[in-house]
Amino acid sequence: MLSPVILIPAVLNGLLIGAVYALVALGLTLIYGVLHIINFAHGALLTAAMFAAFFVHRLLGLDPYLAAVLLTPLFFVFGYGLQRFIIAPAAHGEDRNILLVTLGLAVIIENGLLYAFRADTRTINLDYAFRVIDLGIVFLAVPRVVAFGVVIVVALILWFVMSRTDTGRAIRAVAKEKLGAELSGIDVAHIYAVTFGLGTACLAIAACLLIPTYYVNPQAGNAFVLIAFTIVVLGGMGSVAGALLGGLFVGVVESLSGLYLGESLGQLGIFVMFILVLLFRPNGLFGERI
Amino acid sequence: MAEPVLAVSGLRTGYGATEILRGVDLAVNAGEIVAVLGSNGAGKSTLNRAISGVLRPWSGAIRFCDIDIGREKPATIVGRGLIQVPEGRRIFPNMTVRENLDLGAYRRARPRREDNRGRVFAIFPRLAERQSQRAGTLSGGEQQMLAIGRGLMAEPILLILDEPSLGLSPLLVEELFALIKRINAEGITLLLVEQNVAQSLEVAHRAYILENGAIVLQGNPTDIGNDPNLKRAYLGL
Repeated sequence: MLSPVILIPAVLNGLLIGAVYALVALGLTLIYGVLHIINFAHGALLTAAMFAAFFVHRLLGLDPYLAAVLLTPLFFVFGYGLQRFIIAPAAHGEDRNILLVTLGLAVIIENGLLYAFRADTRTINLDYAFRVIDLGIVFLAVPRVVAFGVVIVVALILWFVMSRTDTGRAIRAVAKEKLGAELSGIDVAHIYAVTFGLGTACLAIAACLLIPTYYVNPQAGNAFVLIAFTIVVLGGMGSVAGALLGGLFVGVVESLSGLYLGESLGQLGIFVMFILVLLFRPNGLFGERI
Repeated sequence: MAEPVLAVSGLRTGYGATEILRGVDLAVNAGEIVAVLGSNGAGKSTLNRAISGVLRPWSGAIRFCDIDIGREKPATIVGRGLIQVPEGRRIFPNMTVRENLDLGAYRRARPRREDNRGRVFAIFPRLAERQSQRAGTLSGGEQQMLAIGRGLMAEPILLILDEPSLGLSPLLVEELFALIKRINAEGITLLLVEQNVAQSLEVAHRAYILENGAIVLQGNPTDIGNDPNLKRAYLGL
């Protein structure tokens, strides 16, 4: 058994990493919960957002955290347009078509990025990237603490929008009862696009939180989305609270299994846990019965 | 004579290649309760889906307040004041009673939401008691009240009730039909689509009988109630 001196920092760091996982999963679960499709373009869109954050810094000199203010609305509009004018018309109202269209989009976006920027891995250097906060028993990296705080704020805003605004209520109504929503005067095509936009906006924020300490190449987003899929299943498909708690939980699992099994095997723990969840609680830890 | 609130003429539609409605004509005048009666599979639900814009007409016209709504989206049609309370209630089970009602005023009458909610609670005191409860936990009768209440929140010009008595106990059915009269007395025009022939004919001003996708009989309730064919087909007399 390891001493608390090693264990506590590992758990705290796990929570901090888990917050960004949770944000990526939040976008995925939101889209799944309302449109009832798995968005296969999620990883590619995250990669695109990371490139955007990278170049906004490189070309405009904008700090990634400030870039989030610019990129979040931009990606919301991009996601809205993608669903409304490309995915929905191409899918002809068939769910399985939407699945294939998002898969096709992923291929186009990834290869577009590869064509434009090559397979090179890029990083940006920021003076605060390696700064730490000393809590006495543990050092926490500043970018991770910032990321954690931002994710909590985003989750609170999202909660407020979903429970207190008419658009949020309309999203929840469409998620559970599409025909009833249509007959209440809710424009379902619009709500689908808003939801897709929100999911994409989550990715823009996640990208801006990742870029100070992470690299970007045309495949960079996929690693996060694989974990996000695990989180979405773990938390219960379509459950927003589940995605948040699941994300934090997965971060801790990864951190602890890295500690016990060695850093490079940290993700092993995630997938062992994933298999256990599928075996014993296939609806997820917080999900409703399917 | 004044233009009818709803005028359906020569309506044909269906699913895929299967034609369900084969030229339906009907009209609803302001202030009326009109009943459309028919057995399972007669095309009642298809008619409702077409009027509310969920299903596109193949041909024919649907006019509401003298506007052609045949090609409009459901949300636009709701905005015009044609509100449908769907079969099977279709309430939002994951949301509270109050949130369900508030969404009724999503497209229409939003500034008067508070007032209208008060009016709905006056009609359905049970909903007022349960306003913070999740709608999915309500009984069948309460869910039907909620669905009607949600419809009323939009200040309908024409309210379509699709099989409202389905699955309700006889006592609740009595209550429901009394309520239909009360809503009508407040100035709302009603189209009642029902299988419950006897009670529908009691409240309706006029009625249509739909069979195999076409109107086979229409007129005032007394004549229809005494029609020998109808008696044999629906009333089992």
